[in-house]
Order: sequence, then structure tokens, then C-alpha cells
Amino acid sequence: MHTKTEHKHSTPLLVYLAVGGALLFLTVITVAVSYVDLGPFNLVVAIGIATFKAMLVALFFMHLYYDNKLFMAVFISGLMFLGIFIILTMFDTMKRDMIYEEVAKPIRPNAIIYEQPAATDQTDGQH
Amino acid sequence: MNIIPEKNYLTYPKGLKSWLFTLDHKRIGLMYLFAIMFFFLVGGIFALMIRLELFHPGQDFVSADTYNQLFTLHGAIMIFLFIIPSIPASLGNLILPLMLGAKDVAFPRLNLASWYIYVFGAMFAVYSMIAGAADTGWTFYTPYSIETNTAVISLTTGAFILGFSSIFTGLNFLVTIHKLRAPGMTWFKMPLFVWGLYATSIIQVVATPVLGITLLLLILERVAGIGIFNPALGGDPVLFQHFFWFYSHPAVYIMILPGMAIISELISVHSHKKIFGYKVIAYSSLAIAFISFLVWGHHMFVSGQSELAGMIFSFLTFFVGVPSGIKVFNWVATLYKGAVRFTTPMLYTFAFLILFTIGGLTGIFLGALSVDIHLHDTYFVVAHFHYTMMGGTVIAFFAGLHHWWPKIWGRMYNERIAKITAVLVFIGFNLTFIPQFIMGSHGMPRRYFDYLPQYQGMHELSTYGAYLLGTAFVIMAIYLIHSIFKGKPAGNNPWGGLTLEWQTTSPPDPHNFHEVPVWTHGPYDFDTIKVEPDLEKELETA
Amino acid sequence: MDVATDRPAYLAEHFTDAEQQQESAKLGMWVFLLTEILLFGGLFCAYAIYRAWYPEMFHNAHKHLDVVLGSINTVVLILSSVTVALAIHAIQHNKRKQTILFLTITLLFAATFLVIKYFEYSHKIHLGMLPGKFYTYTGIEGTNPHIFFTVYFTMTGLHGLHVLAGMIVIGWILIRTIKGHFHSEYYTPVENAGLYWHLVDLIWIYLFPLLYLVG
Repeated sequence: MHTKTEHKHSTPLLVYLAVGGALLFLTVITVAVSYVDLGPFNLVVAIGIATFKAMLVALFFMHLYYDNKLFMAVFISGLMFLGIFIILTMFDTMKRDMIYEEVAKPIRPNAIIYEQPAATDQTDGQH
Repeated sequence: MNIIPEKNYLTYPKGLKSWLFTLDHKRIGLMYLFAIMFFFLVGGIFALMIRLELFHPGQDFVSADTYNQLFTLHGAIMIFLFIIPSIPASLGNLILPLMLGAKDVAFPRLNLASWYIYVFGAMFAVYSMIAGAADTGWTFYTPYSIETNTAVISLTTGAFILGFSSIFTGLNFLVTIHKLRAPGMTWFKMPLFVWGLYATSIIQVVATPVLGITLLLLILERVAGIGIFNPALGGDPVLFQHFFWFYSHPAVYIMILPGMAIISELISVHSHKKIFGYKVIAYSSLAIAFISFLVWGHHMFVSGQSELAGMIFSFLTFFVGVPSGIKVFNWVATLYKGAVRFTTPMLYTFAFLILFTIGGLTGIFLGALSVDIHLHDTYFVVAHFHYTMMGGTVIAFFAGLHHWWPKIWGRMYNERIAKITAVLVFIGFNLTFIPQFIMGSHGMPRRYFDYLPQYQGMHELSTYGAYLLGTAFVIMAIYLIHSIFKGKPAGNNPWGGLTLEWQTTSPPDPHNFHEVPVWTHGPYDFDTIKVEPDLEKELETA
Repeated sequence: MDVATDRPAYLAEHFTDAEQQQESAKLGMWVFLLTEILLFGGLFCAYAIYRAWYPEMFHNAHKHLDVVLGSINTVVLILSSVTVALAIHAIQHNKRKQTILFLTITLLFAATFLVIKYFEYSHKIHLGMLPGKFYTYTGIEGTNPHIFFTVYFTMTGLHGLHVLAGMIVIGWILIRTIKGHFHSEYYTPVENAGLYWHLVDLIWIYLFPLLYLVG
């Protein structure tokens, strides 16, 4: 049986070392930036750098750059479903104090029920 | 006439050890079948006990606390131990590799491991019954699940472990479908059963891990008081519901998609006509799998989630109706001008079409935000999900079981008794759950041990129906088991199907096929290929 | 049986050729990694929600985490990822001794990570910075500071368990490499163990800034 001796994704050694160096460098950057107060942008920068590092790991260490694109699809779909999970949940948790005005108002302001809240008619009507 | 091959997967190799350590997908599927049928029996007994208690208002059979434990166990066992593994792990394992023309699933050892993990998880669930069964409902909502003194931890540990079993089955099927198809079987020449299981597997691997982390956090909450879901410690109980339903809503599609997959398969074979809209059915399975992740909040309309979230989830929920509706229309269109044979599997298929449509449409009612406020936590909801889960999945499971039974055992059950039983199941089911729709819309709340006298008539009807249904299942068990030993040899292709599982012997060889099959036609090319069913005479007279 | 004699020993019976087996194993691994992403996803979701609810408390609480130890651990994990990649590279070129060396170094890095984590944990536990109802520390301003430590301990704890699991897997691969199971024709298990280890690293790449740097 013939099997492939030369694997197409035998990444050059230099790539691994370069990516490793880049990851270490980015770690230094992200720590350094965290000491500068950028307000809300601290979070953006931190996540941005982390995502760039994660991409390097996924593409080169995990061979997604060279491998079957199906694996890339599996990986990205995982992130997509995670995004759906977090975003739709936050539509709840972030908006709990948002009450729509209309709810507090009667739909038909001139309906009889609103004029006589505790009329004797109601108790009679139950029988 | 029809001969059962001497060497088949049931007879070779011999001995208990060869079963316990088997890597054969067919044997593992059979072991799953026995395990899930056992828990179907257990869950069914709990259901009958619930119905008995509800026959009259007030306490007449069990105490209120026991009642709470009964419906919790009924739900948890039926969902985690029966419906979720039912079709994929038993029929899927048995049939899927045969359909693909593969020798086995991609990871046979993982497959066996998933069965043992299932048994291990089931042991925790059984233990929880002895050690003071949980009374939280199968949803384990916090904060009650943190406070109650019942055995929540062992039941949730069981569900956590069962999750791994489910993930491994899904992972195995995904890889098998991607990599082990017979030569010539392109994506759009796969049988629709395979498509359905593919969509199911996607949900299994994506959603189940979230259940894992949810139950893990719940266990930590009880053991270590981490406070993440506990309002007394600044946590958010509604967050638990989000976590829980992010799994459990897609999970209902883990349950129904394989059922739909079976129906797509059967409706074509038993009406001997090419399936109508093959590609649309395949795509709609994937669409359902995707949309199922966007709609979980419709379980939480009255939980206190934000109004905005309620509206978004209600809006998105309607989209699920589209692919489901497409499927129903395609099935009905397939029947049109087909050579319909009223075999037992076909009777169950018709039952599915009716019951699932009712279940699906009432689901649309419940997905509408304002209607749900009225119907939430009433028997209307109970009836709705029994129509989809039982009228849908379980009926489809029995349809598939009757369809592939001659393939699995090589022998045929008694068709006449089976047909009578199918009618009994249909009547019993409707008698049980139509009254629940009615009393639910009149305000009868679910999970209540006692009720107002005005609901008594409906509850009585429902209980009669439940016992009729139980009787029908007992009859089914008897004739099926009888057929294993005494049934007539069924032949390789009793129904005249075109898919690959019918091209091997019944029961199949331990290695499935004697030579690698080549797939040259579509799975439902009844218009171009003429097949003679081995049961032709029996089917004619029926 | 009718198994052809030219089938190599590592090729399982139900695969037609080695490439099919390798691709299947890797696809299986990637699907498994997908489940891992969603397992951690629940915790990332909890982090996002509680941080959005209590931004000031998170900011105050995160200052009590040790950035130096966290940074060292980040460097340790990145280096271990490099060595695992080098181990795979070596086995692809049949350099078995190099593979053994790199896998051993990876194990040492992983152990270092856990030892540092142990010191961090014991320091927190000593001060009473514990999750939920066991929280006794009083020096953090803001609402529900114990929630931060719930999130911190569950996220890093689950990650720590994965490091431990990764060590077991790599140890097993190391033993199999020493036994000579792998060579340039067949090294999929090494590759899959590497994929797992990179994912553990990848998750830490997010945990570190989210918990230690921006809080």
C-alpha cells in the first residue's frame, strides 16, 4: 500500500520558532499596555492582542493554515456558536431594566374596566 | 424460502465476552437498544404512576413530595436515558454504517466506550432514585435545586456523564459520515436518514458541552456554594436557565431530527416512490440544527428575562416552523400518487405525520410571546411537548424499529397484531394528550399534585388513555420478543428498499458486506430501479 | 481473515488506507476541540455577564491577582506549545530521540505551570479570597467581590484540570514514542495530542488578559 511519505504540511522549523517568538513578544506588549489607562479600550486592546495570538497558534501550531479547510470550518463554527450563546444571553442580562412604556399604559384608555377598578359588578359577575 | 445466514453478527463470535468487548457497531447498537428500552419501561412506569395519582383530585396514591419526585424522574429518565440516545445510539449505530457501506463507525472503541459511559451515567441516575430522588423537575432550576434536600447531585452527575456518551456518539457519526462513505456515495446521494443523523450529531457536539459546564457549576453550587446561580449570594438564577436551555432547546432537536430522518426514509420506501424534494429535506435538517441554537429563550418568557430578549427569541422561534413545515409538505407530496403499502412502519409514519403536525403547530402558539404568557406552565405545554417528543420521536422510533427489525434479527414479527397495536398506540396517545391540551388552555397548571374538581373529567380521560397506551406497548414488547425466536425469516430486503443496508444479508454479516459496495444510484430511485420485496406476498395480502 | 498482507500494523481494519485513517482521526480531534471550546464557553459567558454587571468590582478585584506569576505562566505555556510543535516536527522526520526530548520538556513546562498555579491558589486561599460563600477577604471595594473569585477559580480550575489531562496524554504519547510506535509514516496520535495541548494554550491566551490584566 502506498502512503504519502512527504506530508504536505511539514511546517518548516523556522516558522515554529518565529511564531513562538511573536507570541512571547505579544505577551510582553499586552502586559505593558495594561499598565496604561485607556479606559474601555484596555479591554479592546487586550482581547485584540489575545485574538491575534490565538490566530497564530491556530494557524501555525495547529496547522489550520496548511490542513484540510474542513478543520478550519469546525473550529470557526465553534467560535460562532459561542458568540451566539454569549450575545443572545447578554440581550437579556444587559437589558433587564429596559421596560417598554406602552406596557404601563392601558391599551384602551376609555375602557370601562379602568374607570371603576373595584366595582361591585365584578364580584357579581363571578357567580 | 428466505434463509437466515448461519454466520451473522448475532451468532459470531460467540460468548458473553465477545459481546461485552465487542467493537461491532451492530452489537453496540443492540446493547444500546436493550438499555434504552429498559429505561423506557422505567420512565413509562413513572408516567403511569403520575397518571394514577391524578385520576382523582386530592391525595389518593402517593404523597405530594413523592409526586414531585415521580415527575422529575419521569422527565429526567425519559429525556437523558431514553429519547436522546434512542434513535441515534440504537438504530443509528445499527443502520448508519450499513447505509454508508462502511465496515464500522470511524472510532469503534470510542463507540463501545460511549455505551459503557451511558451505563455508568445510568447507574448514577438509578442511585439517585434510591438515595432520595430529586424533586426539582428535569430542568433543575436554581435556586430550588440548590436548597432541596433530595439527591440532586447524583442525578445531575448522571446527566453530566450521559452527556459524554452523547457527545461521543455524535462525534463518531460526524467523522463516519465525512470519511467512511462507500465509493460513489456523494453528499447528495446519501440516504436522508444519514442526513438527519448528521444534523443531529452537529447539535450533539455543539450543545452538550454547555450542559456539561452548567451541571458542573450546579454541582459546585451545591457542594461549595460558589454563588454563580444563587441569588442569596449575588448570583443570577435566570442565568442558569440560559445555560440550561442553550443545551436543552437544541436537545429537543437532537430528539426530533432523527425521528424526521426515519420518516423521510420510510415514507419513500413504503410508498415506493422517489422522495419529493430530496435536497430541500436535507438542507432543512441542517437549517433546523442551526436555528435550534437561536431560540432557547422561548422557554423563559415568564422567567424575568428582559423584554427585549423575549421579543427577539419569540421572533426567532417562528423560523423553526419553516424547515419543519417544509419537511411535512415534502412527505405528504411524496405520498401523492405513490404505491402506498399500509405496513406497520407506514402506519406509524402516518401517526407521526398527524401527531407531529399537531405538536409543531401548538409549538408555534407557545412561541408567540403573548400567548405563552397565558399558556406557560400549563398542561397545554405538557401536551405540546408530548405530541412532538412522543407523538414525533417515539412514534418515529417505533416506525424505524418495525422497519429495520427484520434486518436486525432476520425475522419478521406478526404484521396483523403489529398493525392492531399501532392503532391502539395512536388512540391511546390521543386519548392521553388531547384532554391535556383542553385542560391546559383552561388553566390547569403542570407539575401540580392536586387540582380543582372542574378538571377531573379531563384527567380521568387522560389516565385511561395512558393505560391504554401502556397496554399497547406491552403487546408490542410481546410480539417483538416472540418474533426474535419464532418469527418467519424475513429475507434480505423485505420491504423493497434501495439503500445499502438491504443489500447485505439479514441479519448482516459481522463485517457488514462481503465486498466493498459501490453506490451507483440514488437512495430513492424507485422510478428507475425495480425492486422485488422479499415479503411481496405478505405485503399484497395485507 | 481476508486482511491483505500489505496492510501496515497501525492501519485499523475498517479503514481503506492510511490517509483515510489519519484524516478521520484529525477530524475527530477537531470536533472534540469544538466541544472543549463550548465547555469553556459557558464560563466565558458567565465572565462576560458578571463583568458587565460589576465592572468596578472586577477592576478592583483583578488587582489582587499576581500579574508577574500570571505572565510567567503565559510564557511557560507558550514555550511548551513551541516544544510540542517541535516534537511533532521531529517525528515527521523520523527523529525519535528529539521527539522524546521535546515531549519531556513539554511535560516539565506543564508541571511548572501547575506548581506556579499552586502557589497562586494557596496565597489566595490563605487570604480568604475564595469563591462564593467561603469568601472572607475584606479588602476589595464593590458589589459581590466573591463572584470575581468564583469566576477566577472555576475558569483557571477547569483550565488547570485540562493541563493535568494534557500531561497524562502527553505522558502516554511519550511512552508510546519510546516504545517506537511512531515514525514518519504514522504519527497521528502525536499530532492529536499536540492539537489538544495547543488548545489548552489557546484558552490560557484568553484567560490571562481577561483575568489578570483588564479584570
